[in-house]
Amino acid sequence: MSAFAVGKPESLRDAYGKALVALGEKDPELVVFDADLSGSTRTILFGQKFPDRFFNVGVMEPTMMTMAAGLALQGRTVYASTFAVFAAGQAYNAVRQSICYNQANVKIVATHGGLLVGADGGTHQIVEDIGLMRGLPGMTVIVPADAPTTRAATFAVADRYGPAYVRLTRENLPPVTDGSFAIGKAAELRSGSDLTMVAVGSLVARALEVAEDLQKVGVSTRVLDFASVKPFDAPALLRAARDTGAILVLEEHSVLTGVGALVASTTSENSPVPVRRVGVPDLFGESGEPWALLDRYGMSKERITEEAWELLKARGKVQ
Amino acid sequence: MAEEVPAELVRSLEGTAREVRKEVIRMTFAAQSGHPGGSLSVADILTTLVFHELRIDPARVDWPDRDRLVLSKGHASPAMYATLALRGFLPREELSTFRQLGSRLQGHVDRTKLPCIEASTGCLGQGIGMAVGMALDARLRKASYRTYAVIGDGECQAGPTWEALMAGGHYRLSNLVVILDRNGLETDGSTEAIMGIEPIVEKFRAFRYHTIDIDGHSIPALLDAFAEARRTTDGPTAIVARTVKGKGVSFMEGKHQYHGKAPNSAEAEQALAELSRGEGAPS
Ligand SMILES: Cc1ncc(C[n+]2csc(CCOP(=O)(O)OP(=O)(O)O)c2C)c(N)n1
Ligand SMILES: [Mg+2]
Repeated sequence: MSAFAVGKPESLRDAYGKALVALGEKDPELVVFDADLSGSTRTILFGQKFPDRFFNVGVMEPTMMTMAAGLALQGRTVYASTFAVFAAGQAYNAVRQSICYNQANVKIVATHGGLLVGADGGTHQIVEDIGLMRGLPGMTVIVPADAPTTRAATFAVADRYGPAYVRLTRENLPPVTDGSFAIGKAAELRSGSDLTMVAVGSLVARALEVAEDLQKVGVSTRVLDFASVKPFDAPALLRAARDTGAILVLEEHSVLTGVGALVASTTSENSPVPVRRVGVPDLFGESGEPWALLDRYGMSKERITEEAWELLKARGKVQ
Repeated sequence: MAEEVPAELVRSLEGTAREVRKEVIRMTFAAQSGHPGGSLSVADILTTLVFHELRIDPARVDWPDRDRLVLSKGHASPAMYATLALRGFLPREELSTFRQLGSRLQGHVDRTKLPCIEASTGCLGQGIGMAVGMALDARLRKASYRTYAVIGDGECQAGPTWEALMAGGHYRLSNLVVILDRNGLETDGSTEAIMGIEPIVEKFRAFRYHTIDIDGHSIPALLDAFAEARRTTDGPTAIVARTVKGKGVSFMEGKHQYHGKAPNSAEAEQALAELSRGEGAPS
C-alpha cells in the first residue's frame, strides 16, 4: 500500500551467506568461524565452498572469538558468526579484549538480534547488544534494515581494517534501500520537513509506512536509515534536527542503551530539539509470534504514530 | 542391581515416558517451533527423575527440602513441561500454549513464569553452575535436598560447563548428580565431527566425579544409577546416559536435522502413530 513497499521480504541471513562466499573467492586468506549454528547463520554456504577455511567450533562462543582474533592477528580477515545473544552477550569480554583491545581484524556478523527471534523467548532475544558493542572503543557497528544493505555491509566491513559488529534480524524484511550503504553515512530514504524519523534494522520499514500515512494528513516526514550506528553520521542527524525540529527514534533494542540514547545525547549537546524514543522498554522479551512481539513491546505502527503526534504537538505544529 | 527393580515400576515409567514423547510431538507441532530431537532423547531420564527419583510434591512447589532439578539444556523444555504436567505440576491442557505469547511455557524453561522450574536456562553452560550453587546451599544449611543437573553433549563443548564441573568436584558435593544426555548430536551434526568431547567418561573421572556409564533409554539402568549416586557419599556423581536423539520416532532418530525443527502435520501424525504402536509392547 505505501509507496516504498516494492519488494517482498527477503532473508538478511542468506544475503550474508552469499556475500561471504563472494568474499572468500576474492580473498583466499579469509577465514570464517561459527559456533554450531551454521545452518541458521548461513555461514554454511561458505563452509561448503571453502571447507579448509571454515571452522565450526561447536558451543564455545568466547573461545571462538579468541581463536578468530589469533588468526586475524596473523594478517587475515576473519568473520565469526552466531546468534547475537551469544556473540555480544556470551562472548562479551573475549570480544572486548581479544578483538577490540588487540585491534584484531575480526568481523562479527550476529544473526537473531532483537525480539524478532520470536518463539525461542527472552533468553535468546538480546535487546542490549547495540549498546554493548557501541561502547567498545574501535568497534564499528552496523544494523542493516534489509538484504541489500546486509550484502553491502558484509563487503564494507571487509574493506575497513578493524573490529566490526553487524547485527542481523532473523525475520525476512522487505527491501527498503538500493544497497548503496557506506560506513559512517546515514541514508535519507524519504525527504520531509515537519519531523524526522531515525530508524535502524527491522523498524525502518515501519518508519516508512507510518511516514506514508502521515503524508496523507499533510505531515511531511523525513526518514533516515542509520544502519551505520558507529561511526554515526552526526552531520545528517544535526541537519535533520535543524530542518525539522523534532526527532523520533525507532529501534528494536532497549531504549536505555541503543540508538535513541545516542541520538538524544548527540542532539542535546549540539542542537537540542525534542527527541522521543520508540523501542524496547527496560524489560526482557518472551516467546511469541515475532511481529506480535514488536506490537506488544511498544513498537506497533499505532504507537509510532502516537509518538509522532506527540512530537508535532511539542513543536507547536499541531494543537 | 537391575533384577531388584520391580517390573511394575519399570512398566509404569516406560508408559509415562511414551506419553511424554507424544506430548513433545504435539507441543512442537502446535507451536511449529521448538526442539523435538533433544526432548525425545531426554524423555526417559526426566521421567525417571520426576516420577521416581526426586523427592518433590506438586502440592508444595516451595517445600524447602524438595530435590532440585535443573535442566541446563533448556531447549528440551517440551520434555520438561510434559513430564511435570503428567506429574501434576501444571494442567495438561496448558501444554498447548507452548511458545505462544503470554504462555508460562516459554521456549526455554523459565522459573519466573512457571514456579516448578528451579532455574531458567536457555543459553548453554549455565545450568550446572546454578546446580552447584544449590548443592552448596544445601550443605551450608545442612538441608537434605539433592540437586540434579541435566546437560547436553554439545553443551560439554562450552567452557563454563567444565568450570562448574570442576567446582562440584572440588567441593566434593555428594549431594550433586550431573546427568549427561549423550545423544551424539548437536545443531549442525555430530559432536565428534564438530568438536569432539571424548573420552567423556575419563573427563568426568578426571574432574573427580563418580562416573556411571549407562544406556539412557533403559529405565532399570537409570533407576540403578540414581540409587548408586545416593550411595556415593564422598563426592559428586556423573551419569553418562547413552541416548539416541529423536528416540521413539523412526525418522527423527539419529538425525540432527530435527534438533530445532518441528514436525509438519504428516510427520506429527506418523510420529504419534509410532509412539502409540509401542504401547504395551515389551521393551
Ligand atoms: C551458549 C549457547 N550457544 C549456542 C546455543 C544454541 N544452541 C541451542 S541447542 C544447541 C545444541 C546443543 O547440543 P546438545 O547440548 O547436544 O543438546 P541436545 O542434543 O541434547 O539437544 C545450540 C548450539 C545456546 N543455546 N547456548
Ligand atoms: Mg546432543
